[in-house]
Amino acid sequence: MPQLNPLDWAPQLIWLILTFGLLYLLMVWVALPRIGAVIDTRAAHIAADLASADKLRRETEEAIAAYEQALAEAKQKAHVIIDEGRAKLKDETAAERAKLDKKLAARSAEAEARIEKAKVSAMKEVNTVAVDVASDIVRKLIGAAPAKGVLETAVTTARKA
Amino acid sequence: MTVTDAHGVDQAAQHGGGGTGLPDPMHQFEVKRLIDLDVFGFDASFTNSGLFMVIAAVLIIVFTLLAMRRGALVPGRWQSVAEMSYEFVANMVRENVGTDGMKYFPFIFTLFMFVLALNMLGMVPYSFSVTSHIIVTFALAAFIFIGVTLIGFWKHGLGFLKFFVPSGVPFVMLPLLVVIEVISYLTRPVSLSVRLFANMMAGHTMLKVFASFVVALGFLGGWAALAFMVAFTGLEVLVAFLQAYVFAILTCIYLNDALHMH
Repeated sequence: MPQLNPLDWAPQLIWLILTFGLLYLLMVWVALPRIGAVIDTRAAHIAADLASADKLRRETEEAIAAYEQALAEAKQKAHVIIDEGRAKLKDETAAERAKLDKKLAARSAEAEARIEKAKVSAMKEVNTVAVDVASDIVRKLIGAAPAKGVLETAVTTARKA
Repeated sequence: MTVTDAHGVDQAAQHGGGGTGLPDPMHQFEVKRLIDLDVFGFDASFTNSGLFMVIAAVLIIVFTLLAMRRGALVPGRWQSVAEMSYEFVANMVRENVGTDGMKYFPFIFTLFMFVLALNMLGMVPYSFSVTSHIIVTFALAAFIFIGVTLIGFWKHGLGFLKFFVPSGVPFVMLPLLVVIEVISYLTRPVSLSVRLFANMMAGHTMLKVFASFVVALGFLGGWAALAFMVAFTGLEVLVAFLQAYVFAILTCIYLNDALHMH
């Protein structure tokens, strides 16, 4: 095995130390900071983008919440206005109806009174006519007209029966 | 690499073949000195192993820098891959060690990418698999082991020794269990390094052996070996990734033990 030849060890070890050491220093000083910086920059960029996206999303949510609140308030206000209008309308209608009822009641009472009056005068008329007719009949029958008072009493009694 | 290494029996000698007539499957692991160097008495020669370590490191640097060149907010293809590997390792550390383990993320990332690049480069024909050498994997594992142990003592002081005392066991059993715990802790660098090294070496040796069969079995029989090699190469790519992942995740687990003592 050529690997076990001690004469070859020293040159390999010396060049291993040289190359590995130099490579390590270059990695530490130049290459790794550069790669790390790029990766960190990207991570920071992505984090910033995500943060701004999150902020925008929160703002959108706030706007939506404000809009919904305004809508709810407007709805409530509309309800109040409708209820008020309805109540006012109801009151007005009731007042109007009451007024009309009173008017109609007065008129019908008046009409009833008139009818009563007409009825009473008509009844009186009937009595007078009956007395006249009875007087004429009696005169035709016996040739002499009876006394007016007697006739009236007789007619009244007959009508009552 | 082994796939195209098998040019035929006549090249066996060039590939280190012995008297068997078949190429030596271990030849691919030989370390060749490209430039001889001597630094303060140490043999610091630039070898094929060192070359592929340099290629791996350069590839990783070029890949990460070119991919992140624009640093776009919406990533393109290459940037996606770079960011994906970053996130992959970062999640691995976060899930296995926790947020306080992110301090060690650059090390785990470098380790994962380096081992992954070395393993994958080993799959390229004619290349050299650095991680198939025990000395390389053991050096990495030993560094991790020592580092993690130091972190444990630095974090918990001598209280870190309680890590070796399992809770809720009879007092009589304690000496035995402590010895077992210590041994299992000390074998960590060995198992960590051998796992990676053995996987890479075994896979590449297997590919080489079957590559030599392609020629040795002739025009009729060779197809079976070739078909096996194609399938096995796919498996080896998976193993190359998986072993890099396992190496990194075990490092995370050891680190978690040191930081949180469990």
